[in-house]
Amino acid sequence: MIFLKAFLVGGIICAIGQLLIDLTPLTPAHVLTVLVVCGGVLSGIGLYEPLVKWSGAGASVPITSFGHQLVQGSLRELETNGIVGVLGGIFDLTSSGITAAIIFGFFTALIFNPKG
Amino acid sequence: MKATKKLGLQTVAFSRPVAIVSSASCVGPLEGEGPLRGSFDVVYPDMLNGAGSWEKAEVGMFKDAVQTALGKGKHSAQSVDFLLAGDLLNQCISANFAARDLGIPMLGLYGACSTMAESVGLGSALIDGGFAQYTVAAVSSHYASSERQYRFPTEYGGQKPPYCQYTVTGAGAMLLTNGQNIPGLAPRITHFTVGKIVDLGIKDPFDMGSAMAPSAADTILRHFSDLGLQSDHYDLVLTGDLAYVGSSILSELLHQSGLELGNRLRDCGLMIFDRERQQVFAGGSGCGCSASVMCGHIMETFKQGKLKRILFAGTGALLSPTSYQQGETIPCVAHAISIELCDDRALGGGTL
Repeated sequence: MIFLKAFLVGGIICAIGQLLIDLTPLTPAHVLTVLVVCGGVLSGIGLYEPLVKWSGAGASVPITSFGHQLVQGSLRELETNGIVGVLGGIFDLTSSGITAAIIFGFFTALIFNPKG
Repeated sequence: MKATKKLGLQTVAFSRPVAIVSSASCVGPLEGEGPLRGSFDVVYPDMLNGAGSWEKAEVGMFKDAVQTALGKGKHSAQSVDFLLAGDLLNQCISANFAARDLGIPMLGLYGACSTMAESVGLGSALIDGGFAQYTVAAVSSHYASSERQYRFPTEYGGQKPPYCQYTVTGAGAMLLTNGQNIPGLAPRITHFTVGKIVDLGIKDPFDMGSAMAPSAADTILRHFSDLGLQSDHYDLVLTGDLAYVGSSILSELLHQSGLELGNRLRDCGLMIFDRERQQVFAGGSGCGCSASVMCGHIMETFKQGKLKRILFAGTGALLSPTSYQQGETIPCVAHAISIELCDDRALGGGTL
C-alpha cells in the first residue's frame, strides 16, 4: 500500500513540476525554487509532515522535502536557541544532503568530461 | 552623387560578379552523419576535437575551414586582403582568436546566424569596389559553446520544447576574388540585399524559427521586387536556419504576398539533419549551419552543374542572453546574396 501512496504523491509533485516547465516560461531553476518554497510553506503550516508520514518516499524524495527540511531545522533550533536559531538551524537537517551534492559533484567533475 | 550600383531600396548589384574561388566546410560528428555527409571537407570525430574546451574546439574548426578553403584555392593567407568573419559567441571570440593565428587583416562581423550571407556580401562589395583582390568570408558555430552562452550547459539537464533547434557544430569559409581572375565558368555573386531588422514580438528564445521567418520573408520579397524578378528566376531560394517551424511560416508569408516558390524554397537547417533519425528537434541552426551547407553541398552542386542560379538568405536572431532574461522580444535580420554559375562578364552599374 505504501508503494501506491508513494507513487501517487511523488507522481503528483513531479507532474506539477512538468506542467510548470511545459506551460509557463519558467526555467528548470525557477521550477526547482518554486517547489522548494512550496515544500517550505506546506511544512510551516504543518501539512508536509503528515504527507511524509502517509506516503513515505513519495513526499520525502522530491525536492519539496528540501524546503520541508529547511523549515523544520529552523523551527527545531527556534525552540532550543530562540530567534537566532531560525538562522542557525536552517541547514541543520539538510547539511548532509548539501555536502553530499558538493562532494559528489566535485569528484564527478574531476573524473568525467562532458560530451556535448 | 547617386549610388550607381544600388537597385531598388535594399539591393546592390556588383558591376562585375565576384567569383567564388574555393570554399571549405568543417563539421562535428552529428552533422557528419547527416544527409549531407559526403559534402564536408572535414568531419571531426568528437565535439572537443582534442581541445581543452568547446570554445577552443570552435576556434580550431574555424581555422581549419579557412586554411582548407585557401588550400583548395591554392592560395596562401598572405595573398588575402581581408578576412570578414564572425560567430555566435560574445565578442566574436571564435573568429577573432582564429584570425590571431591566420595573420589576415580582419573585420569582425556579427549578424548572428545571418553572418555568412553578410560576410560574403561585404567581401564581394570590397572586391567590386576595387578595395581588395581576394577576400575570405568565414563563420562558425558550435553546439556546446552556444548552449553554454545562450541557454544552459548540457550538464544542467534542462528540458527543451520540440520546436527548438539544434545549433550546428560547423564552420564554413569562402575565398572570393575579382571576376576577371577566373574567366571561365564559376559560381559568382551578382547581388546582395541587405535586410532590415524585423521584430514581430516573439519572446521565447527557443522559438527562433518563428522569430526569424518574417525577416526572411521581408528580405526575399524585397529582393524580388528590387530586381523585378519572376518567381521562377532562381533554381533555389535557400534560407539559413528557419528549420521546420520557421520554414512553414515563411512559405505561408510568401504565399500571402503572392510569391509562390514551391519546391524551390529550401532551408539549410532542414537539409543538414534528418529530423526523423537524428535528435535535433525542429532542425539545425547557427551560423555554421548555413555556412557548412553553402560551402559544402551547395558549392558542390554548382560544380556538378545542377544549379544555375540561387538566392541565399541567411537568417539571424539578434538576441542576447541578457536581453531575453529582461523580457525583450527577439529582433531578427536576413541578408540575401544571389549566386549564379556563369562566365566572367560585366553586369554594368545599375542594370541587370
